[in-house]
Amino acid sequence: MAFDSFAAFLTMGGYAKYVWPAWGLAVLIIVGFILWARFERRQLMQALTRRQRREARPS
Amino acid sequence: MWTFVHKLGSPKWSYAICGRLQPFFWVAALILLPIGTVWSLAISPPDYQMGDSYRIIYVHVPSAILAQSVFVAMALASAVFLIWKIKVADMAASVMAPFGAAMTVLGLFSGSLWGVPTWGTWWTWDARLTSMLIQLFLYIGVIALRGAFGRGDQGAKAVAVLTLVGVVNIPIIKYSVVWWNTLHQPATFSLTERPAMPASMWMPLLVMVLGFYGLFIALTLYRLRSELIRRESRARWVQALAD
Repeated sequence: MAFDSFAAFLTMGGYAKYVWPAWGLAVLIIVGFILWARFERRQLMQALTRRQRREARPS
Repeated sequence: MWTFVHKLGSPKWSYAICGRLQPFFWVAALILLPIGTVWSLAISPPDYQMGDSYRIIYVHVPSAILAQSVFVAMALASAVFLIWKIKVADMAASVMAPFGAAMTVLGLFSGSLWGVPTWGTWWTWDARLTSMLIQLFLYIGVIALRGAFGRGDQGAKAVAVLTLVGVVNIPIIKYSVVWWNTLHQPATFSLTERPAMPASMWMPLLVMVLGFYGLFIALTLYRLRSELIRRESRARWVQALAD
C-alpha cells in the first residue's frame, strides 16, 4: 500500500485536485459508453418490435 | 480463403461472430480495469519527483495510446471498405469513432491536469500536444461528415477517404517527441527497450492499457451488432431477433 490511511489516499499527497478529475473523467467515459451502448441496443430492439407489430396487424 | 472473407462480410455472419467473440473481451476488460485501478491508485509507489501526481499516467497513457490505435483501426476498416466494398467494415469504422474521440479528450484533459503541477502550465503549443489536438479535430470531422450524410451508407466513401487522409497524423503524433524539441517526455512503452520506470510502476500501467484495449474491442463488437441490426432491419434474420 502506498498510503497510510484512507484520508491520505483521498488527499493524494496534495495532488487531489489534479488526480481525481483525471480519473473521474475516465470513469465517466467508461461507464457512460457502456450505458449508452446498452440504451442504443434497447431502443433499436423496441423500434423493431413496434414495427413488426404494426405490420402484422391486418389493415 | 475468399469464401471466408465473403462470409465475414455478410451481415448475418458478422453478427454471429461478434456475438461469439464479445464475452472474452468484456471479461478481460471487467477484470483488468478494476485490478489496474486499485493497483495504480493505491498500491504502486509514489514517484520520487512528482509524488502522487504521477498517478495521472495510469489514465493518460492508456487513453493516448487508444486515441491513436482506434484511428488506425478505423483507417484499416476504411481501406477494406474502399477496396473490397465490404459494408461491415464501414459499419465497424463508424462505431469506433466516438470512443476514439472520447479517448482523445481524456488524453488531452488528463495531460492538462498533469501539466499544471509538473510543467506549471495546463497547455503549451508543443508538437505532441498540438498534434493530439489535431487528432481530436480529425475525429470530430469524421463523425460530423458521417452525420452530414444522415443514416445509412450514403457518404460512407467520403468518410473512408477522410479517415485514410487523416491517418497521416498518427506517425506525426508518434514521432513528435523525437522530431521536435518538446516538453513532453518520450514514449513510456516500446517494443525494443525496457521501460524507464520500475516494474512496480509499469506493470499496473500495462494492466490499464490492456484493460482499455479490452473495453474498446468489447464495445466495438457490441455496437457493431447494434449497427448491423439498424442497417439490416429489413432482413429476415434481424426480424427473427425481435420475436
